[in-house]
Amino acid sequence: MPLYHTEDQAMLADSASGFLAEEGNINKQLRHWRDRDCKDGFGHGLWKQMAEMGFTGMLVAEDDGGLGMGHVEAGIVLEEIGRNLTPSPFLTSSVLAATALGHASSDLKGRYLPGLIEGESVFAVAIDETAKHRPSRIATKAEKSGNGFKLTGSKSFVIQGASSDMIVVAARTSGSDEDEHGITLFAVPKDVNGMSQNPVRLVDSSMASHITFDGVELDGDAVIGEVDGGREVLNAMLAAGRVGAAAEGVGVAQGAMDMTIDYLKQRKQFGKVIGEFQALQHRAAHLYSEVEIARAATIKAQQLLDEGAPSADLMTSVAKAKVAKAAGLAVKEGVQMHGGIGMTDEYDIGLYMKRDRALAEFLGDAYFHANRVAELSGY
Amino acid sequence: MSDLENFREETKSWLEANCPEEMRKPVRDDSDVYWGGRKATFQNDAQKAWFEAARDKGYTVPSWPKEYGGAGLSPAEAKILRQEMAAIGARPPLSSFGIWMLGPALLKFGTEGQKKRFLNEIARGEIRWCQGYSEPGSGSDLVSMQTYGEDKGDHWVVNGQKIWTSYADKADWIFCLVRTNKEDKYKGITFMLFDMAGEGVTTKPILLISGNSPFCETFFDNVKVPKSYGDDCPGFVGEINRGWDVAKYLLGHEREMISGMGGGDRTTAIGTAMKRHAAKTGDDIDPVLRSEMALFDVDALAFTAMAEKFMDEMKAGKGHPAQPNMMKYVGTEINKRRHELMMSAGGSRSLEWESDETRGGKPSREWLRTKANSIEGGTSEVMLNVISKRILELPGG
Repeated sequence: MPLYHTEDQAMLADSASGFLAEEGNINKQLRHWRDRDCKDGFGHGLWKQMAEMGFTGMLVAEDDGGLGMGHVEAGIVLEEIGRNLTPSPFLTSSVLAATALGHASSDLKGRYLPGLIEGESVFAVAIDETAKHRPSRIATKAEKSGNGFKLTGSKSFVIQGASSDMIVVAARTSGSDEDEHGITLFAVPKDVNGMSQNPVRLVDSSMASHITFDGVELDGDAVIGEVDGGREVLNAMLAAGRVGAAAEGVGVAQGAMDMTIDYLKQRKQFGKVIGEFQALQHRAAHLYSEVEIARAATIKAQQLLDEGAPSADLMTSVAKAKVAKAAGLAVKEGVQMHGGIGMTDEYDIGLYMKRDRALAEFLGDAYFHANRVAELSGY
Repeated sequence: MSDLENFREETKSWLEANCPEEMRKPVRDDSDVYWGGRKATFQNDAQKAWFEAARDKGYTVPSWPKEYGGAGLSPAEAKILRQEMAAIGARPPLSSFGIWMLGPALLKFGTEGQKKRFLNEIARGEIRWCQGYSEPGSGSDLVSMQTYGEDKGDHWVVNGQKIWTSYADKADWIFCLVRTNKEDKYKGITFMLFDMAGEGVTTKPILLISGNSPFCETFFDNVKVPKSYGDDCPGFVGEINRGWDVAKYLLGHEREMISGMGGGDRTTAIGTAMKRHAAKTGDDIDPVLRSEMALFDVDALAFTAMAEKFMDEMKAGKGHPAQPNMMKYVGTEINKRRHELMMSAGGSRSLEWESDETRGGKPSREWLRTKANSIEGGTSEVMLNVISKRILELPGG
């Protein structure tokens, strides 16, 4: 398959880009909700509109009422989300949680997927237990209790946890904290007894929860997939989320770069447009190259994941790491090349810097994924 | 079975029957490469057999039309042939600047008579060409070149000097930029073709920091260049005084070619090989070096995807026309980084200059050779200039 969009995908890109530029732009969404100190950090109205556009159930199988599309398509929407810094539950709900629910019983699918597809429900995923992404270590315990399980432990930095109707929780049902096996995924409803959330606002104005489970009683049918066999589903969920985060990061990088190149063509100093200075031209050209390569790595990873190729795992980490580096460069150069106004809240370039930082950290930063590339390559 | 599947099966059996075992081993150094030409000799019978089989099949230049010595393969068929050759590790049967550079220029700008004569000679490995572009005073600012051809009616008399002429001392003919109008910088250059055996041409190899001499200085002292080599076969490509158009086209082509070096055909991580190598010598890789390698592998593997995307877009006529400049810039910078890391991983062993263990100092000589990657065919700085002006449309200069 060639590494560019098919005609159908190009049409989707056109409609996603038009829609999100119009409805998901920085003033209408990010600044709007931030300046009102919104406890969700995103707008439910836009989420409904995204459902009407057919975005919310893109990755849900057709048999389950969704569109049965792939990661290339989800990535198209995510790139536009990134470009517009649109706060939304798309990545956590429609990519991560939807991937997990794809492995769930028909009962669980019936309970949760219609709400997702309609844009009524918001889901979160609770994996990490520390400030760094360490999915190999799962200490939160789910012990057998009657017909169900009793959940004890804590999860940290659960994005949009307090806004969610259901949280996919990775818990340990056997073995020790670092064991590969013995993980089970649970669909935990928002109103269960014994779950307490402590939401915190992050630098990009998004909300994350520190969640404590104090003997939370769960029915046996809350299990997603097999008991003790959750690692495989977790890995599928992580791969989807990482490729998705990479796609969003490409959008952040492109948005920041476009703003900066425009600025170089307008701002005058020493009687010249500053874009005439070679010191800035070469840095801009280098940045362009890095963003192009990050985009290529991302679409390659999306295609491999859609094909179910074994090399998808390696390419996913390559893409996540490369995008983190390229988008990081885009926002840093963006602020520097904007000069003083780049430091003001009034200008959007700083918002790109904040979002990039949070997105780069999400599901593993450049160092985590570079290390993973080394490990997967046998060194 | 589809036509392409049939073609793949035929190609497999043809390769099986015609590509000798010895020709399926990696190229160790330049002596393993067959360049063709009047002075060429074969390293061994296998090299000769492989070259002749490929030549007779049109596979020295598979995608060129049959009447010019190629096999007339479609892009899809040519890709299959490349894949199947790569699968068995087949060496290129013939390498030459005629195939890579002059050929594409003639296919685009040449007359029918030039194509019939010169392309067939290239495809059959009969004439080895070299490229006369740079001059001592004209590197990045190539268009300032001054080698001059005085018009004498049916011929020019050429005087001047070229530099960085690859393998000029081994070449038979040269395609050469010559100024034919001193009044017009861009529209005063002619892309000439002439025999290096002619009177007044001398070459002098340049010893490089790698200890090798792949480049020469080439001097022209009253060299007579005919305007015609016969019916419909001019001694220049394109129009007189419009050689810069041909040169620019070829530079773009050259950048594409060089850009592949950074990782276009590499899918393995550098760390994998280095760790294996270090284990053999009883060394280990420092954690900080391992980190550098991991970050390098991210860049190199991402660039592999970029190279694939670039090729796919080129074939479909998508993508920015100045994109080869970006590929050349990144590809060559990555290749330099790769060799820096390999030198570090190899430790003192990789400093050996002549030993048998290093096959004559291969690691250090190759490391030094890569430093030219970001200079030849347009420096990284020139590539960045082109990207900023043509792609980002930044003003000035």
